[in-house]
Amino acid sequence: MKVRIKFAKSGPMRFIGHLDMMRFFQKAVRRAGIDVAYSEGFSPHQIMSFAAPLGVGLTSHGEYLDLEVKSHSGAEDMKRRLNEVMVEGMEILGVTMLENGAKNAMASVAAARYSVRFRKGCAPSFDWADRLAAFYQKSSIMVRKKTKKSEMDLDLKPHIYQLSVLGEGEAAGISMLVNAGSSCNIKPALVMGAFLKENGEELQEFALEITREDTFMDLGTEGMRKLVPLDAVGMGF
Amino acid sequence: MKKLALKDEILLQIEKPARYIGNEVNAVIKEKDQVDVRIAMCFPDVYEIGMSHLGIQILYDMFNCFEDVWCERVYSPWIDLDKIMREENIPLFALESQEPIKNMDFLAITIQYEMCYTNILQILDLSQIPLRAAERGWEHPVVIGGGPCVYNPEPIAAFFDIFYIGEGETRYRELLDVYKESRRLGESKIGFLRKAAKIPGMYVPMFYHVEYQEDGTIQSMKPVEEGISGKVVKEVEMDLSGTYYPKKPVVPFIKVTQDRVVLEIQRGCMRGCRFCQAGQIYRPVRERDVDMLKSYAAEMLKNTGHEEISLSSLSSSDYSRLPEFIDFLIQECREKKINISLPSLRIDAFSLDVMSKVQDVKKSSLTFAPEAGSQRLRDVINKGLTEEVILRGSALAFEGGWTRVKLYFMLGLPTETEEDIRGIGDLANKIAAVFFETVPKEKRVNGKVQIVVSTSFFIPKPFTPFQWASMCTKEEFLEKAYVTRTSIKEQLNQKSIKYNWHEAEISVMEGVFARGDRKIADVIERAYRKGCMFDAWSEYFHNDIWMEAFEECGICIDFYTTRERRMDEKFPWDFLDCGVTKEFLLREWEKAMEEAVSPNCRIQCQNCGANRFGGGICYEKRPEPAAESKPAVTANAGKEQ
Repeated sequence: MKVRIKFAKSGPMRFIGHLDMMRFFQKAVRRAGIDVAYSEGFSPHQIMSFAAPLGVGLTSHGEYLDLEVKSHSGAEDMKRRLNEVMVEGMEILGVTMLENGAKNAMASVAAARYSVRFRKGCAPSFDWADRLAAFYQKSSIMVRKKTKKSEMDLDLKPHIYQLSVLGEGEAAGISMLVNAGSSCNIKPALVMGAFLKENGEELQEFALEITREDTFMDLGTEGMRKLVPLDAVGMGF
Repeated sequence: MKKLALKDEILLQIEKPARYIGNEVNAVIKEKDQVDVRIAMCFPDVYEIGMSHLGIQILYDMFNCFEDVWCERVYSPWIDLDKIMREENIPLFALESQEPIKNMDFLAITIQYEMCYTNILQILDLSQIPLRAAERGWEHPVVIGGGPCVYNPEPIAAFFDIFYIGEGETRYRELLDVYKESRRLGESKIGFLRKAAKIPGMYVPMFYHVEYQEDGTIQSMKPVEEGISGKVVKEVEMDLSGTYYPKKPVVPFIKVTQDRVVLEIQRGCMRGCRFCQAGQIYRPVRERDVDMLKSYAAEMLKNTGHEEISLSSLSSSDYSRLPEFIDFLIQECREKKINISLPSLRIDAFSLDVMSKVQDVKKSSLTFAPEAGSQRLRDVINKGLTEEVILRGSALAFEGGWTRVKLYFMLGLPTETEEDIRGIGDLANKIAAVFFETVPKEKRVNGKVQIVVSTSFFIPKPFTPFQWASMCTKEEFLEKAYVTRTSIKEQLNQKSIKYNWHEAEISVMEGVFARGDRKIADVIERAYRKGCMFDAWSEYFHNDIWMEAFEECGICIDFYTTRERRMDEKFPWDFLDCGVTKEFLLREWEKAMEEAVSPNCRIQCQNCGANRFGGGICYEKRPEPAAESKPAVTANAGKEQ
């Protein structure tokens, strides 16, 4: 049986990298006494897979991992047990059961919604809230995307599914829904960098506070996106 | 939400920010207004090393069991953060509260190896606390040191208010009560230290005066006040089964060196190897009750979620209930897919059987620590491991499928000759030959055996029979390593043997600190001021700066290292009583020169003096004198990563 666990990561936990998060959950599953399934072989490991790695420094309200279990005592009980062994900044938001043969979390990821705020003193000098719409209305947004191996030119526009101002005044930020699939994972800083550059400014390092609001899969067919949170396909149990 | 001591911009630009944020599973958070005493417990090295240390975990657990105390942790900020903290004048902070160390009542530093001395100064400096105890007042935390290096605390005595000599379980409560009382009564810091110095096990350096002779050796070391004892006796916990032990150790987020449940099954070692300080200062040997261990093993695994448990002791094979305990662990861990790691096991049929059950034979290697290349020299150091035992153990292991053997030796041991050194290559070669004899060609995995020979350089340590010994110079050490390498290259099976040796310059420094006196403090401070830090990390060890520091302080290295000590010399550490007597150590030194071995504690009492503590192995029933001694093979079943 495969369950999908949705969790939030905030506070000091934003400095824990992806590999260490995996280690954290492996130990948490043991502490919670969950009847997890193990792989075969001399060094068995828990059958666990994460949806999308979250960069160091980011917080999130919508992270997911899949866990193969041998038995369970209900979604609420599993959620409670896991929450009892979490630390400050980690919260289990929900547990659902996946159908047999469901696509795993990582392969399912199609998009992510982020909210982005400028750190104190890091906001650009131009009226960014005012200029955002014009930026998004451009027919193409060309950027240089650096990968581990190379650099390439990329048009961001088709990968930004939504871009808008969030809130107002001091607390104002930007909400964006972007492609997060394995073939073209768009990081919020890339979009923000392009936006600032368009307005003649440069994005400073550490200028942004970024929260991933949720991670989505695409249930649509050919050309018609239908984005739903990753646990929308799960069932209560 | 808790505020972190470091800004996001800093945490995002340094390596492994998880080292500095605290918040780990089982970290203890208390209301600071509800406690009377706040302690920062420090291991002066990087987080991953410090978090792997068992002693701190025991004391952290103990202190936090006290309702009126909040104990937090602090480790050395790594080079990258160290630089930023200095530039931005950020005070060093404790992980749990993220509050400055300088506001704590105590800064307790465990001192596990000599090469961390400059890191102690780093900790004080970053905490914005004056380095020298004489320059600190009541407004600063009381700086207290403990751990094996305090068996000669003199080189760093100037930096500490108090040293706690011996095992921490016994006297801290008393010390904290005295502290609280002094604070309540509004006494001076010196008034508090005066009271503290009267608690058994506490050494307060400022109350002692050292006089030197013309040749630089010690004339006398005397208390400067009435009522302060001239002798400080180490503290020993005699009830290891009834004392503090962490049921909920802190679980780090990042991978640390010791990323597993560690269960200390016994303390002390009965073998009496003459170079080994741990074998003397932790006497008498005391075992923990097997039922206690069973319940702790289960509980600690549950509370941490670790996937591995390791048994800790100086010589696990000597634990009397080992087979029963290992059976229990195998049962307990199989279902839960938990690995068992068994370091410091003698290689014999029993241990090989156990190891084949608990680990992947193909991936693990066997470790023997003969320490010396010839039987003659092994007798000198009282390492009761014979070539026959090593070869027999190797043959058994090769039959069981192991193909990797690690061998540990020391170079520069007292009385060592070139022949002894050449014995290292011979022994490695014989082990390789055993492989080719035992394992038929068609059964050889990858067709070969791998033997890794590692040598370290012998450093005489206080409170060992070799405390009188002369240490080699750097040049002599390197020559010995060269001879070792040549002798290995001459072997028939040399292609199966790999050789590593330790750095000589660091060993020389360690030798100075190990047997140093109060005059060394100036050198340490000077080297630190010139930028020395993380000396235990060879890439950050700057020998040239150290040499300059010695030169500028007018301190001669050879006085501390190569100099032959007179039998009646007063050592800087002679005011401490570690349980074994100087007479016993001298007897052992003389026996070493006669190449005579001393049987282990279980076979025959050597009258070392540790029986005065009234328990442990000293009071076990011994077998009849006719009983044959078991071979003393120490080996390590460490898994290769």
